[in-house]
Amino acid sequence: MSSNQTDPGSPAPKGRGAIPGLIKGLATTARTLARPSHTAEYPDAQPHLPPRSRGVIALLEENCTSCMLCARECPDWCIYIDSHKETIPAPTPGGRERQRNVLDRFAIDFSLCMYCGICIEVCPFDALHWSPEFEYAELDIRDLLHEKERLGQWMPTVPPPPALDPGAPEPAEVAAANKPPRAARPARPATTVRPQPPAAQGDA
Amino acid sequence: MSHALELVLRTVSVLAAFLVLPLLVGQTEHKVMAHMQGRLGPMYAGGFHGWAQLVADGVKFVQKEDITPRDADRPVFKLAPAVSLVPYLVALAVIPLSPTVVAADVDASVLFVLAASAVGILGTLMAGWSSANKYALLGGMRAAAQLLSYELPIVLATASVALAAGTVSLPGIVHAWHPLWLLWQAPGAFCFLLAAVAELQRPPFDMPVADSEIVFGPYTEYTGLRFAFFLLSEYAGIVVMSLLFAVLFLGGWHGPFADTIGWVWTLLKAAAVAVVVIWFRVAWPRLREDQLQRLAWLVLVPVAIAQLALTGVLVVVTS
Ligand code: SF4
Ligand code: SF4
Repeated sequence: MSSNQTDPGSPAPKGRGAIPGLIKGLATTARTLARPSHTAEYPDAQPHLPPRSRGVIALLEENCTSCMLCARECPDWCIYIDSHKETIPAPTPGGRERQRNVLDRFAIDFSLCMYCGICIEVCPFDALHWSPEFEYAELDIRDLLHEKERLGQWMPTVPPPPALDPGAPEPAEVAAANKPPRAARPARPATTVRPQPPAAQGDA
Repeated sequence: MSHALELVLRTVSVLAAFLVLPLLVGQTEHKVMAHMQGRLGPMYAGGFHGWAQLVADGVKFVQKEDITPRDADRPVFKLAPAVSLVPYLVALAVIPLSPTVVAADVDASVLFVLAASAVGILGTLMAGWSSANKYALLGGMRAAAQLLSYELPIVLATASVALAAGTVSLPGIVHAWHPLWLLWQAPGAFCFLLAAVAELQRPPFDMPVADSEIVFGPYTEYTGLRFAFFLLSEYAGIVVMSLLFAVLFLGGWHGPFADTIGWVWTLLKAAAVAVVVIWFRVAWPRLREDQLQRLAWLVLVPVAIAQLALTGVLVVVTS
């Protein structure tokens, strides 16, 4: 006699599956017992995040033209931009004055942000970047509104952009710089010169 | 005078064992469960392998407020943890670790242990009844049903061993034990182990305390130290049942150098059984109430009766 004889009335009356299932459960737990756990001990050990993880958004202020594209595309409307126009006097006398935007305020409210990354995608001037830093929890939700100084502090944590794929074409600006200068146009062969009317010749 | 001194010594040593062994089992459960589930939680407190986890638990329990519900039956409510704890202490006193290491050498110790450990579940019933809480009452009812169903296989399986040994004294049973019993009494041992786990209301038989459905069953209203006593009695129950299993079915102190270190063998065997009991908790899902009763009446009781009949026939044939 062995415990196998008790199959028919075993806990789950579904039939054959119960006893093998129970034994499998025992085996699985025993196997886990013998194996070290793979838990990431986060506060003690920093996680190795992939470079493209979405932790926080960093702002490179010099690149920003206050074009407002990011603020307009943000689905959550959590980007706040204030700017004013400044007039730059003409560099040469009699030249034309120029105007440019000066960024007064750039803020992202991370309590509203849903980390969709649209703002970063739409920025035409590469002023916004993903940084993998994620430890900026606050006790007060209002402290999650990061002004441009704070956003700028994230900039050093932004990983360098990934290397280009070996098979990819050269970046446009590199390709343009490397292009050989255009050869001078060859002079038209003489045969194509239209014969001048003789009358004109006589005048000269 | 020396008689009195010996009495005090025996009492103190049983008390010490009663205080240490359940904590050891508890610590083992923390660690084994953590490993089996790949968790690190219980490995944190105190540094090395989380050795201070139980200390932290104890401190936590002591800090908690001691609440008695207004409508509770106060004396019963307050007595319940003690009622569930003390019987295991009494039972522990008569379990022999070796022919000499036994606190109280009672003649019919098998009956005594069974009777004493069965009282323990009364504490659960008292708690469930007196808490003035529907969940507690439900848990208490389930505990009562479980007690009724699983007491029988335990008694039958033990009776089979006692019949085989021709004595109802625990040391006598171990003296009569033979390695062949491991095979011969295996179905009985299987019944006894499952029924013992059910008696302790441990997973997979923790229907009475089902914390996800009836909150915590009979213990719903208990807080702080009183709750800790219930937990402690569960672990004391594991100790008693494991020791009993080791003595009844695994041959107690039989092993190399049994004369000198017999008690170590008993403890080691009991520890192995305790680990198996913990293992069950990790590996198996909780039984539904009807499955629980089915298992008891359709599997364990028939197997135990068959075992008893087999033992009876063999004993008559061979003697
Ligand atoms: S990530 Fe999305 S939600 Fe967050 S600021 Fe950018 S556009 Fe708005
Ligand atoms: S889209 Fe880029 S450049 Fe335009 S306002 Fe936003 S961050 Fe500045």
